[in-house]
Parts: sequence; C-alpha cells; structure tokens
Amino acid sequence: MSRPPDAAPIDVLLVEDNQDDVELTLHALQAAKIRNRVHVARDGAEALDFLFRRGEYQNVPTPDLILLDLNLPKVDGREILEEIKRDERLGRIPVIVVTSSQAEEDVARSYRLHANAYVTKPIDPAVFLRAVNAIGRFWLEIVRLP
Amino acid sequence: MTTIPAVPIEILLVEDNPGDVRLTREALKDAKVRNTLHVAMDGVEALAFLRKQGKYAAVPRPDLILLDLNLPKKNGREVLEEIKQDDALSHIPIVILTTSQAELDIVESYRLHANAYVTKPVDLEQFLKVVGSIEEFWLEIVKLSHP
Repeated sequence: MSRPPDAAPIDVLLVEDNQDDVELTLHALQAAKIRNRVHVARDGAEALDFLFRRGEYQNVPTPDLILLDLNLPKVDGREILEEIKRDERLGRIPVIVVTSSQAEEDVARSYRLHANAYVTKPIDPAVFLRAVNAIGRFWLEIVRLP
Repeated sequence: MTTIPAVPIEILLVEDNPGDVRLTREALKDAKVRNTLHVAMDGVEALAFLRKQGKYAAVPRPDLILLDLNLPKKNGREVLEEIKQDDALSHIPIVILTTSQAELDIVESYRLHANAYVTKPVDLEQFLKVVGSIEEFWLEIVKLSHP
C-alpha cells in the first residue's frame, strides 16, 4: 500500500491562481505523512509550460499528481485537462479537479475528459483544509501512483 | 465539498473473493455517507449490471465502481476498458482494488483511465483502513456526476 520511507518525494503540480487557496493547499500537504514537493503554476499557460517543459521549465520533473483549478487566467483548466489526457507521457498522471464550480456540466465533462476526481472547493477555509487533507491522505498514502 | 445527498450513493463492487466482499461491506456499513453496495462476482456480471441486461433491468446506475483486476469470465482490465469506452458509463469513477502490485498493471490501468489504483493489503486492519480512506475521499469529498 504505502511507499517506503526512503522513496523519492512525490511531485505535485498545483495549478491555482488564488493565493489563499495556494497557501491552504501548501499548508495541508506539508503536514502530510508522505514526503512531497508542491510546484505551483499560477495560470494555465504556466501549467502547460511546466508540463511540456518549455522555456524556464526545461529541467522540471514530470509530476506524479496534478491538482487543477478549472477557472484560470490565460488557458482554461478544461483545456489543460484535455491536453494532459491526450498526451502519451502525461496522460497517465492522475488529475484531480479542485474548483469552485458546482455545475453538473463541469462535473460530467471533467469525468468524460478523464479527470481522476472532481472536488468542489468549500468556501469555509476550515472545511477546505479538511478536503485537501483528505486528498493528501488518499492520493499520497493509499493510492499507487503510476 | 459535497452536501450529503438524500439518496444513498450506489456503489458497485466487482470482486470474486467472498472474504474481501464481506470486509468491504463491513467497512462501508459504518460510513458517514449513506450508501448501497451492489456486488458482481465476475466481469460478465459487472457489465450486465452496468448495462441493465437480463435480471438487472431495474438496478440503479452506480455512482462509483470498485473493481478487482483478476476476475473470472472477463478480467478487470477488459471491464475497465469497456466502461471507459461507453459514453453512457465513462463518467463513473472506477477505483481499482487489487492484490497486484505489478508496475505494468498500475500503468496500464491509468492508461485505460482508471480513476485510482489501490492495492489490497493482506493485513485485516490495513484493509479496513484502505476502504475507510476510499470511503472518506470518494463519498465525502468528491463530487460525483449525476447526469
């Protein structure tokens, strides 16, 4: 089930433009039992540069897990999800959509585009923290990542 | 976060080992979120359930599928592939729950769009912890699709 303690840290790419949400997520994942490094992309274009190792991102690792907001500046999260899942190297990386959108259309469409899970952001920061903790517990401790 | 739904979450467990079925049922019974567990014992039965064929004409469409890989009649990889290629079913999250630790199975399952891959611990307490964590994440935190 779990990774050996000496395993390399899990690389998480967080694609999120809201500073408060970034800080809450970093805080929650730092407290996780499994060692991880969170890389933050603040908009859709930056996320794609990171994932496709363009420009200043030539030497970044391929993330083991991606947390993706849907409503992002420059390139929309739905488009990023589609590009990731179409790509041979990136397609297998679990993508968890973390968004404020509750629209059934976004939920169904994200799953059809092969998002691995869809989580809506609670407005209450304490509840949001609990959600990110649960994401960390399940995806870092329980799941076997590819 | 998901508001606790008034209707129970329908879970389809595809598992041929009666011991694992019993344990999973036990672990989900105490879940905070109301759920109904349906069990298919082989791959053919799982697809008949999902497509409401034969005696399954009146069953609900599952909100979540827990799928073993090594199954009689039709193996879990084929079941996974068929579900994810079916427009009426592809939105349903599938958590692979298997004893296989093989890297090939892990990579292949994600390539076939499994939503998560979890290995079954042999230890009873660990098994309950794993099902508890699946329950916490998929029933309490995730927003499932209800088209």
